[in-house]
Amino acid sequence: MIRIRRVVSPLVITLASIAAFTGCAKRVAEIKVGEYGSLTGSTATFGVSSKNGIELFVDNLNAQGGIGGKKIHVLVEDDQSKPEEAATAVNKLIAQDGVVAVLGEVASSRSLAAAPICQSAGVPMISPSSTNPRVTEIGDYIFRVCYIDPFQGMVIAKFAKNTLHYTKGAIFRDNKNDYSVGLANYFSESFKGMGGKIVADEAYSEGDQDFKAQLTVIKSKKPEFIFIPGYYTEVGLIARQARELGLTVPMLGGDGWVSDRLLEIAQDALNGSYFVNHYYENDPNPVVQSFVQNYRKRYNSTPDGLAALAYDAAGVLAHAMLELQTQDSKAFETLSGPPTADQKAARAKLRALIAATRDYPGVTGQISLDEHRNAVKPAVFLGIENRAYKFVATVEP
Amino acid sequence: MQEFFQQLANGIAWGSIYALIALGYTMVYGILRLINFAHGDVYMVGAFAAYFLARALGVGTVGSASPLLAAVVLLGSMAICAGLGVLIELLAYRPVRRSSRITALITAIGVSLFLENAGIRIFGADPKFFPQVIAPRTITLAEGVLVTNHQITVVCVAVFLMVALTLFIQRTRTGKAMRAVAFHRDAASLMGIPVDRIITITFAIGSALAAAAGFLVGLTNPKIEPLMGIMPGIKAFVAAVLGGIGSIPGAMIGGLLMGISEYMVVGYISSTYRDAIAFVILIIVLLIKPAGLLGRNVAEKV
Repeated sequence: MIRIRRVVSPLVITLASIAAFTGCAKRVAEIKVGEYGSLTGSTATFGVSSKNGIELFVDNLNAQGGIGGKKIHVLVEDDQSKPEEAATAVNKLIAQDGVVAVLGEVASSRSLAAAPICQSAGVPMISPSSTNPRVTEIGDYIFRVCYIDPFQGMVIAKFAKNTLHYTKGAIFRDNKNDYSVGLANYFSESFKGMGGKIVADEAYSEGDQDFKAQLTVIKSKKPEFIFIPGYYTEVGLIARQARELGLTVPMLGGDGWVSDRLLEIAQDALNGSYFVNHYYENDPNPVVQSFVQNYRKRYNSTPDGLAALAYDAAGVLAHAMLELQTQDSKAFETLSGPPTADQKAARAKLRALIAATRDYPGVTGQISLDEHRNAVKPAVFLGIENRAYKFVATVEP
Repeated sequence: MQEFFQQLANGIAWGSIYALIALGYTMVYGILRLINFAHGDVYMVGAFAAYFLARALGVGTVGSASPLLAAVVLLGSMAICAGLGVLIELLAYRPVRRSSRITALITAIGVSLFLENAGIRIFGADPKFFPQVIAPRTITLAEGVLVTNHQITVVCVAVFLMVALTLFIQRTRTGKAMRAVAFHRDAASLMGIPVDRIITITFAIGSALAAAAGFLVGLTNPKIEPLMGIMPGIKAFVAAVLGGIGSIPGAMIGGLLMGISEYMVVGYISSTYRDAIAFVILIIVLLIKPAGLLGRNVAEKV
């Protein structure tokens, strides 16, 4: 017994001192931030746009010296457009890479899969563009920089009823998708509340190839428009098949339509349709214009709404980190240190600072987070004509 | 009523695709008593082969759509998949042919997973959009019942291939040999029929038919991705069992029935049951007619 103790105690001391030395002697020169997104799969442009937006912001920040002399290092994980992979990706980012905060996802189903992991690990997560209200209800470490679906559904219903003067609508929703089901319900409630009628409410599943059976039913009910709260791949295919069945009414959609591939898939089938975005690239606001120019220079394409929101999500996080560094530089240092009580406290402070975000001048508008950690922002309506987008209106909350 | 006929027309077009895939299942089963689970993935490879061929030939961009080039794409992808089928048989199934049936079955599942993941690795997980190799046109069949020329092409090509296959099996020497091998492999071998070669030919034909289905699906439903073969594969298998596995007309009827019932369920009940209906039909048919609609009841020799 004694002999064992003699061997063990020096060992413990050595290990402890190594840990202590690496902890304080080696000052960590970078802050690791995790990002998870759909770089591949059926919503690949969501992930790629978001990645570009974050990259643009972070590289710009690092070029100006980072935060408190530390560079931000973004570690990106691909979730292949699958919720279960999103959970795995975030687990890896937190447990293995030890990230300070997490940015992601676009799709609400995937944010919902990953958020509980961030919440229980005490790592703040900012979703750039998940609009389902349940995402931030997971806990106080979960934030978003976009509007939520009750608002989105309401403005689309208003637009259909008051601007386009439609009274008979059909809904075609993705039954397996939290975002789609939520948005469809909020839209339906608002539209009916305004005296409109939903004549058909049909469903599909993400990944389906064939929608003609449902579209035939919708056609027989003679709606004036079809509301499709889905993602761009399916929306494009649905639009094409609807036209093939002689269903020519306009379609309305939410921010799931935002992708540069939408019109490539739909071709002419979406002409005359409308959807909601988070920003408009020709907005004369100088913040927007400098973002659009820098993005174009770097990626040779026009940033979509999701790239803009991801840029803002990174901005809100960096802003909170900068605040932490000026207010409490010691806490800022321990943020990416070893997992101690101090580090946990530092991350809690970072969380509180993100929650306190007020009037952050983002590309997608002024960002203030409310008590439910959601941003309150205007919605932008875009129309589609001759395979091109045109600005229609901005609707304030 | 309009709505009913519209669903029926769409169901027939969709069912023709199932029927083409089901033929491959049923042929291989008839000859080897093997359920070739990789067959759905051969269909996926067929769709991708057609996609890349069409791109290489430059078909599908506006103005270049031509039925002749479309036929070249179709035949090309059928040839590629015939080769793939032969390769799969040679590398994966032949070495285990004398082992127990469960070994062959697990090998088939392995091949299926291999093709799916190789597809993700090679083609990427994002969906691709099939070029329009034939310019789309809408045709009015009757008041309010619209079909596209693509759907008509699907049905015509499928019917043509099925008739050709039936003639091949009934009228040619190779077809006769196939029937003989299906009837009794060892006896056929004693009669001097080159069993290995017949099996190879069977795989080649079955895979070519799957490739044709892949091309046709790309035409009507232009989204293709590496995992697209899983569900149609399962449903075509159900169609084959439903029609009586081993029976070629059975596979055709099973496929059509599957396509039509899917449309009717979505149209009149709920899209949520779309995938479940296949199995409900299967269970009902197997309870009433265990050998399938056109299957023969074979007494098991003890």
